[in-house]
Amino acid sequence: MKDLSLLSNELERALLTLDKDLAEKVILNAIKDSTPIDVASELVSLSLHNIGYLWEEGKLALSQVYMSGIICEEIIDKVLPPLSKTRKNQPKMAIGVFEDYHLLGKRIICSCLRASGIEVMDLGGGLTTDKIADIVRKEDIKILLLSVLMLTSALHIADLKQKLSDTDVKKVVGGAPFRLDENLWKEVGADAYGKDSSEAIEIVNKLMEA
Amino acid sequence: MTSMERVLTTLSHQEPDRVPLFLLATMHGAKELGLSIKEYFSKAENVFEGQLKIREKYKTDCLYPFFYAPIEVEAFGGEVIYTEDGPPNSGLPFIKDIDSIKTLEAPKVSESKVLHKVLKSIELLKQKVNNEVPIIAVAISPFSLPVMQLGFDKYLEIMHFRKDLFQKLMQINVAFCTDWANSQLKAGATAICYFDPVSSSTIIPRDLYLETGFEIAKRTISSLNGPTATHFASGNCLPIIDLVAQTGTAVVGVSANENIAEIKNACKNKLTVLGNLNGIEMRHWSKEQCYEIVKNTIYNAASGGGFILADNHGEIPFQVPDNVLQNISEAVLIYGQYPLNIK
Ligand code: B12
Repeated sequence: MKDLSLLSNELERALLTLDKDLAEKVILNAIKDSTPIDVASELVSLSLHNIGYLWEEGKLALSQVYMSGIICEEIIDKVLPPLSKTRKNQPKMAIGVFEDYHLLGKRIICSCLRASGIEVMDLGGGLTTDKIADIVRKEDIKILLLSVLMLTSALHIADLKQKLSDTDVKKVVGGAPFRLDENLWKEVGADAYGKDSSEAIEIVNKLMEA
Repeated sequence: MTSMERVLTTLSHQEPDRVPLFLLATMHGAKELGLSIKEYFSKAENVFEGQLKIREKYKTDCLYPFFYAPIEVEAFGGEVIYTEDGPPNSGLPFIKDIDSIKTLEAPKVSESKVLHKVLKSIELLKQKVNNEVPIIAVAISPFSLPVMQLGFDKYLEIMHFRKDLFQKLMQINVAFCTDWANSQLKAGATAICYFDPVSSSTIIPRDLYLETGFEIAKRTISSLNGPTATHFASGNCLPIIDLVAQTGTAVVGVSANENIAEIKNACKNKLTVLGNLNGIEMRHWSKEQCYEIVKNTIYNAASGGGFILADNHGEIPFQVPDNVLQNISEAVLIYGQYPLNIK
């Protein structure tokens, strides 16, 4: 791909002004001298990573992170249909909202991962311990991403960990209560915690390499 | 000084006898009465008794008959989900198709059974304490309510791409919020806590706030028959604090993620600062930590009045043990006497 950081700047600008057409043009142009999967996992992933990071720095608002994610997801889904063979060969991964119904955090993480060329099963919201334990076993999930908004839901992840103790699934957690208490992810026995969408991309990439 | 005098003095940016404490425990009353959270919120009398017990036990300077945010969508016909160890949550959004906003109608507060419970608990409290203790009631801002009405994702989408529907929903919600807040004031509430976390800089950028949440707050607050405290529910507000001061509100609820001294400085003589103890971390605070954190917060923000000590969300988690609340309350008595003993 030609100058990645230049392209990424251009894409970020398009995303932050909510200019879907320009974003699509930048991505399609980049694909001309590369491949869809490389554009997703390098260019789009970098732009979304930067945007997530700027939110973390207080320089962007969540609405911009969210809108950027869905714009990219839509474009990447067109050039790289979900489940297509050209997507990454990766461990099976799923994301869901544990116990509560606050779906935005999950939606953001899910679209950022998908737009980065990573395949994630979306399990929805209001998931109980039993339901998740069931799915993890049936689908042989290796990386389980859990989003919560309520402290109560976060604390109940400890029970889920117990229920899954005989599997090798890695549990990655995130959501508002974890951001307000840095030790909470350890308290509930998660394997990793991500503050935002940019950390979610980093953690998942690391776990996929391991 | 009575709690009311203490609070009014700090609101006029002067130093009262000591720093006022708002211990915003909404669910601890259920523990006090030996009830489940669901049972507790099923009757006005429970919340009335629970709030009095909390005040007696922890010497808090306000009564806080806030039930739970989703009670407002319950009034619209939405679902509420209870848990045994946490606040009630809204269920799936009741607006399934965004185009139905065109024909949406707000419930009338006077005809709503669920809202009537809240009004009754306010009336009972007012009869009991008269003007000695401020009664703080809650209304979710017209701009933040839609997250529970149609879901956060759809809400952001109409905010950006369907401005017609966004404006229509705001019109409905401003009317509802005004009716709801004024009914609570009429029932005896001293002030309204205007919860508006979607306006916080954690969620939307300043420019968008200026166009949306700011205008809506100005419009709504000016039609309320009493003072308001704007609360961002632990979302950040420093980037918009100058604008918040122009909405007509008197108080701002501040996040633990923000520097309280910096906020106080920006609010000087314009807004009273409410905050900013971290409710989630508080679960594990030792007595020493409670004392240290309360002391630092007070010393950084309470000089000259214009400050009320509280948690940073406007609701203390159910899991926070009683002894932590006790220690916080004691620490205010020790470190909060004016003049402050800052070395
Ligand atoms: C806006 C807001 C509101 C709004 C909208 C809430 C909603 N979504 O329904 C309103 C006013 C309606 C509201 C009400 C309530 N709220 Co509120 N609210 C907030 C606030 C300010 C932001 C929450 C939010 O929606 N953020 C948007 C999401 C997308 O952000 P996020 O979850 O942080 O996700 C980001 C990261 O965390 C990360 N991430 C998320 N998931 C995952 C997953 C993985 C795997 C990874 C790696 C990363 C990751 O990426 C995302 C984007 O970068 C927070 C405080 C805060 N500072 O964040 C309190 C907060 C969520 N509220 C809280 C509570 C308790 C409530 C109420 C229950 C209060 C009550 N008693 O009624 C109600 C319930 C509302 C309901 N729907 O039923 C608490 C929850 C914790 C607790 N104490 O239990 C919080 C944390 C405040 C606090 N400090 O305690 N609230």
